[in-house]
Formats: sequence, C-alpha cells, structure tokens
Amino acid sequence: MEIDYGSLKRGGFMRQKQKGLFSLRLQVVGGTLTAENLRKIQEVADRFGQGHVHLTSRQGLEIPYIKFEDIEEVKTELAKGNCKLGVCGPRVRTVTACQGNVVCPSGNIDAYKIALELDQRYYAKELPHKFKFGVTGCQNNCLKAEENDLGIKGATAVHWLKEDCIFCGVCEKACLTGAIKIAEDQITLDPEKCNHCGRCEKSCPTAAWQGESAYILSFGGLFGNTINQGEAFLPLVKTEEQLYRITDAAIAFFAAHGKAGERFKFAIDRAGADSFKKAMEEAYHG
Amino acid sequence: MAEIKITDQVDITDVVCPLTFVKVKVAIEELEVGEILSIRLNEGEPVQNIPRSLKEEGHKVLKLIDNEDGTYNLLVKKAED
Repeated sequence: MEIDYGSLKRGGFMRQKQKGLFSLRLQVVGGTLTAENLRKIQEVADRFGQGHVHLTSRQGLEIPYIKFEDIEEVKTELAKGNCKLGVCGPRVRTVTACQGNVVCPSGNIDAYKIALELDQRYYAKELPHKFKFGVTGCQNNCLKAEENDLGIKGATAVHWLKEDCIFCGVCEKACLTGAIKIAEDQITLDPEKCNHCGRCEKSCPTAAWQGESAYILSFGGLFGNTINQGEAFLPLVKTEEQLYRITDAAIAFFAAHGKAGERFKFAIDRAGADSFKKAMEEAYHG
Repeated sequence: MAEIKITDQVDITDVVCPLTFVKVKVAIEELEVGEILSIRLNEGEPVQNIPRSLKEEGHKVLKLIDNEDGTYNLLVKKAED
C-alpha cells in the first residue's frame, strides 16, 4: 500500500526513523490533559506502542512506535478517550500555556482560557509555515512568550489609591524594576521603568494598588535553527476583544505576505517591519 | 501611626527560599489572632516575596522597616485561620 505521508503528518503521525513506524502526536492545549485522556493514552501506548510516551518541548505528547497498519484502530481507540490527533507541517501548532492566575499566585491572566480560545480559532490552520502561539501568565515567563511566532504575556496595569495607602514600604521593595518610589506622603510610579508585572498590586496589604489584567504581545519569535526574540512594540492590550482582533490580523498578515516555507519573522522582515507594525497598530485601535 | 506592639520576632536571614516562608509560618503559628510578629529578613528575594506570601495567607502586613544594613523588619498581624 502507498503511504501518503502528507496526510499522515497532518493527522499527527510523525514518520519515525524506523520504517513503517510512526510517533503519534496528540492535540494538547495549554499543557492540560484529563485523567480520561491519560487512561486512554496509557492503554494505547501499552497495546500499540512500546509502553511509553514522549513529552515534547512544547507541552505536546507523542506515542512512539505505532505501526502503520494499526493507525486506523489507534485513531478509533483514542477518540473513545476524547483524545484528538495533533498536527505537524505548515500550520498553527500546539498552543502552549502556563496555569495562569487560576492556579498560580504570580499569574496576571487566565492563560489556559486564552490558550483554549486561540486553539479553537486557529489550531491546524494552514499557513506558509508552522506558527506557534504561547501564553504565559506573567513576567516570570515560564512559558517563554518571546520564543513563539506570537507570544502573549499576562500583565497588570496598575494605579495607586492614596487614601488606602498605609505607606508600609512593601511595594517599593516588591517592585523588581525600581519603578516605585515612596516619598513622605506620596508614591510615584515611573511608567518608563514599570514592566506591568503586577507585584505591587499583589503584595499591597491594603489594596492601595489596584490593577486590571492586560496582555503584552510579541511577534516573530523563533527558537530553532535561527533564534530570535519576538518583538513587543504595541502598548498594553486591555481586552480580549482587542487581543483577538490583533491575533486575527497577525495571522491574516502571515497568510497574505508569507512565502511557502518562510517563518513569520522572515515574512515580516521581507514585507517590511514598518508595514507589519502599522497593520498591528490598526488592529490594536480597531 | 500609633505605636505597634510586637508580640514575637523571628529572624529568617539565616535561611533561603523556601525555608524562609516555612520559618515564618512556624513562628506565626505560635501567635494568637491579632498578635504581631516582627520578621527580620534579607533584601532581595525575601523582601520581594515574603510580604505577598503573608497576604496570600490572609495575614495583615503593617510595616516594612529598612534597617539599612541589608536587612528589613516586617511587621505582620496574625489573621484568623
């Protein structure tokens, strides 16, 4: 039988070095699998693989050593455990995320919820080359936002309420960038130094620092053969509506200007960084 | 500000994270609700993080005093469980 590697790859079957064997990639969103998923994965790895799985560098999961002739049965079995097949090739890949502010004390945004929405909107969408989204909850950057084609980092836009402040001195020390200065009866925030990490708001004992969740977007990150830190040039993104307007525009820009086999970063460079920034600024303002 | 009456004190300058917070938790366990603990801590990560951890546990941070020797005294009031 003729093996159609193209369609196999779309379906998440990665051809192994060993003839006739495939490493089966599953769709994982934000590094989360259910116990039901895991039971089925365990069963499939035991029955059809070699009893182990591989955790990929971007929160994916692969079951290696699947035989070509078992593929249809494996697909059927995995579907029973609500496991979906992953993708490879020139498409939107696994959307990574940290646990965000639902679980993590440092989180500024619900990273998993954003990842789910991005996955629903774009997962497996065909583009000139692979396209990676990553969502990280805060400046600690556990999910390495800037190494993605489009990175999203949780931020907090803060402001100070003098009437609630007891001038305890905690925020000045909690701030890692030296943006906060406490004088006699006044606190100043240097907007040039503030990186919107939200540590002042989180540590303030009297809620004198108030904050709203926001997003910092970076574009054109690469962490493979070429390494490039995605560039964040937009002001803070304040709403989800605005966020998805910008991600829509970025994907549309890549689809329109990218050449086959060219990563987002190089498509931006070739089309002109200025025209790209202009397109993102237009989406930002709506 | 009115005088703050300190009930007990603990020095965590001799340990590093995560033992810093463990030592604080043990010390605060010994107090009654409403009593005040003075915590001596180092600059850097302890002073950046301990106040927030105490807030997350529900306790009330009152004051951070700079000892100007690379250490601080953090005054915190014990909250109910």
